Amino acid sequence: MKDIVFDFPLFTIILPLLGAVICSVAGKKVSKYVYFAVSLICAALSVPVLLYTLENGYFTRAMGHFAAPFGNEIRVGTAEVLFTLLAVLLPALSVLGGKRRLMEDISEKKINFYFVMLCLLQSAITALAYTNDLFTAYVFIEISTLTSCGLLMIRQIGRTTVAAVRYMIFNLLGSGFVLMGICMLYDLTGYLSMSYIKEAVADIAATGKYTVPLTAAVGLIVIGIGMKSGMFPFHLWMPDTYSTSTTASACILSGLVSKGYIFLLIKIIYRVIGFDVMEGTGVPLVIFVFGLAGMIVGSLGAIRENEIRRMIAYSSAAQIGYIYMGIGIGGPAAQAAVAAAVFHIFTHALTKPLLFISASGLSQASGGEVKFAALQGSAHRNPIAGAAFTVGALSMVGMPGFAGFISKLLFAQAAVASDNRAIITLSVLAISTILNAIYFLRTTMRIYLPSAEPRQNTSVYKNGTAFVFACAVLTAFNVFLGMHSQPILDMINAGIETLA
Amino acid sequence: MGENFFYNYEEVAAILLFGIGFTTLVFHRNLIKKIIGMNIMDTAIYLFLASMGYIDGGTAPIIDGAETYINPIPSGLVLTGIVVSVSVSAIMLALTVRLYGRYHTLNLDYIYMYAQKEHE
Repeated sequence: MKDIVFDFPLFTIILPLLGAVICSVAGKKVSKYVYFAVSLICAALSVPVLLYTLENGYFTRAMGHFAAPFGNEIRVGTAEVLFTLLAVLLPALSVLGGKRRLMEDISEKKINFYFVMLCLLQSAITALAYTNDLFTAYVFIEISTLTSCGLLMIRQIGRTTVAAVRYMIFNLLGSGFVLMGICMLYDLTGYLSMSYIKEAVADIAATGKYTVPLTAAVGLIVIGIGMKSGMFPFHLWMPDTYSTSTTASACILSGLVSKGYIFLLIKIIYRVIGFDVMEGTGVPLVIFVFGLAGMIVGSLGAIRENEIRRMIAYSSAAQIGYIYMGIGIGGPAAQAAVAAAVFHIFTHALTKPLLFISASGLSQASGGEVKFAALQGSAHRNPIAGAAFTVGALSMVGMPGFAGFISKLLFAQAAVASDNRAIITLSVLAISTILNAIYFLRTTMRIYLPSAEPRQNTSVYKNGTAFVFACAVLTAFNVFLGMHSQPILDMINAGIETLA
Repeated sequence: MGENFFYNYEEVAAILLFGIGFTTLVFHRNLIKKIIGMNIMDTAIYLFLASMGYIDGGTAPIIDGAETYINPIPSGLVLTGIVVSVSVSAIMLALTVRLYGRYHTLNLDYIYMYAQKEHE
């Protein structure tokens, strides 16, 4: 009976696919219920798997009829299950929070397709987390690209379509690079199964031959994933994409989809290439430098913006920079730094949707305006959204008591323990924090100032219950991670131990 | 070094094609040509895979008493890749149709400009 736990990860991949099939023919109401039922069931299925992995480490499960080197398999450890829980719950919360905008932005007949896309995306991200096969990972990368493009372009106005084209171009370049890198790795090692590639790569690295092709393959994969997740020089698609899509899509794309690719990158670093070989190729240094640059450039972009959602989008670019910086620190502090990066993945994934949702609440209370001038005083018109935005902003700035503080603390600790990257990391961290504080606190003060011009309609905006619920849950997560981070951190550390 | 390029001419051709497709996808302003560039890029990868799986004198990997067979896995990967590439092309063409219907041009620069104007 206990063995059935081993099958739960597969169910969490298959069930959303089934849900997608049902949603594609169901009506508006039914598809909504199907989607929420699917995500609840998947979350419930993930909990026993999480408990099992906490107790017994990781397990693998063969998919299909052939054993590992030729056949496909999934491999489940603590980090993967934690990420899956995020992938299952976050879209549901985003949809709840962005429900009103969703109904306004999407024509009634197409709502069920939105849920089809959500189901497929959930399945793809879950599979990305669980798969132990590189080519399968590539296929699911493409599925998540296509579905996230669907989530984006379902709002049929001109600017969103233009943003979707730009998003797709960056993503296609990225996919091409990743595929080329995977093919080169296959050419070098003869395997597609992650664990087997690692052994072969270790042998190749020991002989000292083929360093150029190996570096090229690793570099192509890193650049490809960087393009898809918005690493510094490739972050230019983010502002348009996140500011023109419907709120729920912006939350999902910024909170989850880009993190799915980064999680795959962490898996590739640890499980496919091996950390020592990776260090030998010099690619982590590039990741580190681009991460640092992203932290500054993203924040500067955010300061220049005068629309609230574009500002939050630029802030995403900066936060992605933090994550890449953590992955790239390397040296003796590598594990602590990657743990900090994974923790920041969770922090950012739980904070950014809160910001997007509350920003949409604020602008709805101001007649749909997104410019800061029109949003002045909006926190008085919509107190719940104002409070939620304040929590999100403080967390992103790194105020103690919120999740963002813990990730910054972890990054700083890892930097101090690293070889020679302490000073540069700490100074960039400090500069970036100040820049964050400038634009987030400026915005927070602005929404609490009295309105510039007296308004006719002074009544408080009525939020839906779903909106209040989503804000409350995300706020609770932020405070919980900020106050009580140790259990999660222990899980992440255990997860990274078993990732390799 | 030069010899390697000569013996692996298929891989060299694949990388050249990849570069051509990549530059077309990045630098061309015409949406249709961008899509063509993307297809060239994908095709280059399939050439790379297929040439890597080919074994001299091998036949199709169906067991019928031949002495050597080619490696079937890269062929399988190519087939999977083609399916992915077709769906991506379809979605890009759908986006292009929608943009053309709205702005009556395929040039991405003009489309950005018109969309920006529309917003203001």
